[in-house]
Amino acid sequence: MFYREAGDFKTSYAADNQTFPIAFDRYRYWVVLAIAFLVMPFIINDYWANALLIPFLIYAIAAIGLNILTGYCGQVSLGTGAFMAVGAYSCYKLMTAFPDVSILIHVVLAGGITAMVGAAFGLPSLRIKGFYLAVATLAAQFFLVWLFNKVPWFYNNSASGQISAPERFVFGVPVTGANTDAWAVYLVCLVFVTGSAIIARNMTRGSMGRKWMAIRDMDIAAEIIGVNPLRAKLSAFAVSSFFVGISGALFFSVYLGAVEVGEVFGINKSFLVLFMVIIGGLGSIFGSFAGAAFIVCLPVVLKLIGVDLFGWPPDLVAHFNLIIVGLLIMFFLIKEPHGLAQLWRVAKEKLRLWPFPH
Amino acid sequence: MKLYTLTAVALTTALAAGTATADLVMPDLSYRTGPYAAGGIPFSDGYQDYLNMLNARDGGIGGEELRIIECETGYNTEKGVECYESTKGEGALIYQPLSTGITYQLIPKATADKIPLHTMGYGRTSAANGEVFNWVFNYPANYWDAAGVIVNYLLDENGGDLKGKKVALVYHNSAYGKEPIRTLEALSAEHGFDFNPIAVDHPGQEQKSQWLQIRRERPDYVLMWGWGVMNQVAIQEAANIGFPMENFIGNWWSGAEHDVTPAGDGANGYKSLNMNRIGDLPVFADIKKHVHDAGNAAGDGSNLGTVLYTRGMYAAMLAQEAIASAQKIHGVSDVTAAMVRDGMEALAITADRMKELGMENIGPAFDVSCENHGGSGLGIVQQWNATDSKWVALTDYIEPNKAVTDPLIAEDSAAFAEENGITPACFKG
Repeated sequence: MFYREAGDFKTSYAADNQTFPIAFDRYRYWVVLAIAFLVMPFIINDYWANALLIPFLIYAIAAIGLNILTGYCGQVSLGTGAFMAVGAYSCYKLMTAFPDVSILIHVVLAGGITAMVGAAFGLPSLRIKGFYLAVATLAAQFFLVWLFNKVPWFYNNSASGQISAPERFVFGVPVTGANTDAWAVYLVCLVFVTGSAIIARNMTRGSMGRKWMAIRDMDIAAEIIGVNPLRAKLSAFAVSSFFVGISGALFFSVYLGAVEVGEVFGINKSFLVLFMVIIGGLGSIFGSFAGAAFIVCLPVVLKLIGVDLFGWPPDLVAHFNLIIVGLLIMFFLIKEPHGLAQLWRVAKEKLRLWPFPH
Repeated sequence: MKLYTLTAVALTTALAAGTATADLVMPDLSYRTGPYAAGGIPFSDGYQDYLNMLNARDGGIGGEELRIIECETGYNTEKGVECYESTKGEGALIYQPLSTGITYQLIPKATADKIPLHTMGYGRTSAANGEVFNWVFNYPANYWDAAGVIVNYLLDENGGDLKGKKVALVYHNSAYGKEPIRTLEALSAEHGFDFNPIAVDHPGQEQKSQWLQIRRERPDYVLMWGWGVMNQVAIQEAANIGFPMENFIGNWWSGAEHDVTPAGDGANGYKSLNMNRIGDLPVFADIKKHVHDAGNAAGDGSNLGTVLYTRGMYAAMLAQEAIASAQKIHGVSDVTAAMVRDGMEALAITADRMKELGMENIGPAFDVSCENHGGSGLGIVQQWNATDSKWVALTDYIEPNKAVTDPLIAEDSAAFAEENGITPACFKG
């Protein structure tokens, strides 16, 4: 009834090409943005920020990055954790080397550095595919973590081998270090998420995204119709790593504040982001958000229900979390390989016909 | 959006339930899952059982009931942060995360929120400088003390001379494992032994290449800074290559029953440090009577009296004494986190008091002051007897090497103070 194309007339190419062709979707999008920017900062508290919203936003950027590489371009990567580490360590080096430059610029630069590293590690993708490429990116994962542990220059020779974020300000408000307010940190992450999502969405809709998808669907055919695999694959690696690098930089600087590379950016992180993409939906920006929200919220919700409401032992609930995530991954891979995003698409199709399905 | 609504409902119920009672809130950031659970479980059991015993036997501390909130961290820093944020609003008095990684996360947060952090024998060593780290305490001992104790013990074994000896350190490749390296390097320069650090990556199940290296280099002594599954694997590997166990010395987080039992007889003679005494203590009978027999045991109740259980209980006892001293200083029984901090800074553990509490000589007697949050730093060396399945204390409390560690602490804490714009001073309200 409300959700339909009929009656929404497009009079220009721009209007015809917009991201949300259905009026209802457009309003919903603006309402979500308005709530996120204008309402949440006033009601957010430390717990909501640190337990749910900030990890959700940061993981959403990482999931968008991996989705571009795996979902859109079809190149499997198990190096997400390491690329996040590259973002985190570049951000740390930049923060400590140029303390007067704004942290926002450092985060973007960290993304740029990660893009270069990612493109370098993407080179093997020109020769190998599928499982073999996954193993090559796995090598990046282990090599980079080892490197950040081994070379003291990366952590400025600190005794513990940890990097910790000094206090930095945006418009006079602290966003890293100990004395941050939840709303400030939240807004910084939100700005980056919104920017990343808009850029990613438009890239994937444009010629670049079409090339990626052509490579994903059949690389030989894509090459025959004139897609340069070298450019398409390397650009996918670079763009993907750029977003992953931004998320790593934010993860370290505004979220955790102190990072130990082996623990925070280990292979587990790579898998976690991959699970987000699988559960959320390969090849969908919305899916990246849905997957990130799901994986971040699930343990917290389970804990609130299990421990606080029913009084179960916390370890039991932690084990339940593992079981549920595992089962869900199997379920989605078998029953719905396109993830939560596909469920959302189906729901929208149904909505279009509602209330007269025939 | 459904998830958020659900979370909100559950959250509000949880908060409503939390604020209704006024008591002493003791968060327990435990880990009963993951590769470090073997160490996390007994420690948490000891911590909770002792506090529950105080509730059942004495009605809490100073007449105030204790309320324990357990939160599972899985030794994971992100979950640790989540646990901290979810419990601090309930009026948490003192945090003991039992993880160096989580400690590094919590130092700035707890300082900003004004909640004391007690990292007993772990965490950031330079937090011993109380003028820089007003809210962080790491008494009774820290990693650098442990390094000093081990080297002093080796000096003692070798007639005061370690020249030309080769000492290797097998360490967990993390902030925890890297902590002693600086001290050991300083000590190797002082005593002329050859020092070689060998890293083991998280979680430490794979150590073949490290032990191959040890087999090739044939060090005289191997020290270990390990935790969780890494300890068991290292001890098994050492037994496999036939390394003389009596020359293999772990720190106090690498010397519990579960670390040595998997290697069976091969682990016989393995040594480790300990910061607390082992063996039967009168307080265990009270815990058995008031907690275990009442069916309130934390976990499965099978850990009573093990090394890490005793240490968890020791940590709980130090918290109890800190709260009691805060109650005395401020004259109120319902103390706040800031008051507990004052209590910790004024803490004085004496031999008589430990005896009174039913844990005679569980640790060394020590005083905490504004300048020194690190305690005395004493440690004992214990040895595993595989035939009797028992740890045997080899020495009395050994002095650490404060002459080496104190300047290092001053240097590291000064660097932290400078980075974070702190003017070192005693805390005044």
